[in-house]
Amino acid sequence: MARSITNNRKALNTAIAWTIGLLIFFPILWTILTSFKTEAQAIADPPIFLFFDWTLENYAVVQERSNYTRFLMNSIIIAGGSTLLGVIIAVPAAWSMAFVPSNRTKDILLWMLSTKMLPAVGVLYPIYLIFIKMGLLDSRIGLTVILMLINLPIIVWMLYTYFREIPGEILEAARMDGASLRDEILYVLTPMAIPGIASTLLLNFILAWNEAFWTLNLTAAKAAPLTAFIASYSSPEGLFYAKLSAASTMAIAPILILGWFSQKQLVRGLTFGAVK
Amino acid sequence: MATKASRSAARLMMAPAVILLLGWMLVPLTMTLWFSFRNYLPLRGGDLGWAGFDNYTRFITSSAFWPSVQATLIIVGAVLLITISLGIVLAILLDQPMWGQGVVRILVIAPFFVMPTVSALVWKNMFMDPNSGLFAYLWKFFGAEPVSWLSEASLPSIILIVSWQWLPFATLILLTAIQSLDSEQLEAAEMDGAPPLSRFLWLTLPHLARAITIVILIQTIFLLSIFAEIFVTTGGAFGTKTLTYLIFQRVLESQNIGLGSAGGVYAIILANIVAIFLMRIVGKNLDA
Repeated sequence: MARSITNNRKALNTAIAWTIGLLIFFPILWTILTSFKTEAQAIADPPIFLFFDWTLENYAVVQERSNYTRFLMNSIIIAGGSTLLGVIIAVPAAWSMAFVPSNRTKDILLWMLSTKMLPAVGVLYPIYLIFIKMGLLDSRIGLTVILMLINLPIIVWMLYTYFREIPGEILEAARMDGASLRDEILYVLTPMAIPGIASTLLLNFILAWNEAFWTLNLTAAKAAPLTAFIASYSSPEGLFYAKLSAASTMAIAPILILGWFSQKQLVRGLTFGAVK
Repeated sequence: MATKASRSAARLMMAPAVILLLGWMLVPLTMTLWFSFRNYLPLRGGDLGWAGFDNYTRFITSSAFWPSVQATLIIVGAVLLITISLGIVLAILLDQPMWGQGVVRILVIAPFFVMPTVSALVWKNMFMDPNSGLFAYLWKFFGAEPVSWLSEASLPSIILIVSWQWLPFATLILLTAIQSLDSEQLEAAEMDGAPPLSRFLWLTLPHLARAITIVILIQTIFLLSIFAEIFVTTGGAFGTKTLTYLIFQRVLESQNIGLGSAGGVYAIILANIVAIFLMRIVGKNLDA
């Protein structure tokens, strides 16, 4: 009796949750489906859900017309470069705060976090001006540095929370055995920290990939990543649903897949360890 | 425990991150502050000298200011209300036993990973377009007149798009918090005959209070500076000009740097008020 009630309830839960889940996911699903339609089918009345002539043509056209690969490469270089650079700078800082904490560590961490709260628009012109003066406007390097700086606080924080979970005794034991600071980092800490570093890389790559204030305002043609590429479709002449969908699908697919792996890190990375 | 040598090594290791962030914070901030007191119009003669607090008073007395504050507050408030209330419902639902829980979780979280320009463009064209958007078909199907969402119901449309993007974040964090709730307590309450609503009100909700506060603070900081969603959809027209967008227009479109910078200073102050509360909570958690 009790069993059948729980099973009934489980079935009900399942039905409700799947309905809501699919509803929330629907815009993405619809975009992916539309990307395989012809333009005529994409705006057919009534809308066609599944039974259309599946075609890959839109993907070929988007690539051919807009040189999609170039934007993709820009995204990969800027998001990847900024994340990698950020981690290289953050690892030593997070390491020292986690293992050689002083009474100012907490203040430094909180101060770093506070730089993340600075609204981008408040410093838009200074950055724009500096970029013009240094010839960095519409350059990958400039954007890489900016994205590195805006994500650096999150990177330091994430690494710090991961490093803190590494037992300090292991480091002390290594020190007793005569390991130098360099050895400690290279042979003891690094292997234990790799999962945490990987999660940090993953989440921050996603954040940098989707960043859409600086990428829109500081690029034109040369260094524009996918965010800017998609925004260029908002002009009226670019209004072809199937092609828009193909371009969108290509821009979000890699991140959707990476994102599914980073669910857990998302909570840690974006709440600064305040929700566990 | 830590030797003197390791302390100075630690300081050295922190230096690059600290110096970079210090520069990132101080240099542009000082420049913004400086410009905000200048009559600076790059396209109309450049720096025309000291302006005192003129830019500050002009920014808040301009006809665009209060509507922009209003639009900002409506968007932030409505998105918070929607994402948190739906987030609580979804988190409780996802915490129940069901088949295919992992897949549902993935479906619910997916919108968070869609880049803002894509979600804005997809919603704008494929759903909200008055001629060939899905909503138009749906409205026609039920015999109603299709709505041109982004001009006739611009704020609700933006709120819908932004809520869709942030609902996964709220859900995920609230779900994490719910999973740490002691299930024995809930079961005991159930045994004692507490109805579901009072169990929710007196056990689940208080347990979630902290997580909800954190979601509110973090989302507020991000929502205050939403940009791409408006840039791509309405371009600030139809009453969707937020404070962030207004400053963007002053700075890059009309190139009135002094005025825009004064606006920027206001935005920074506003964000800092929220940030102080967030820092307090995060800071407390560091001690624990």
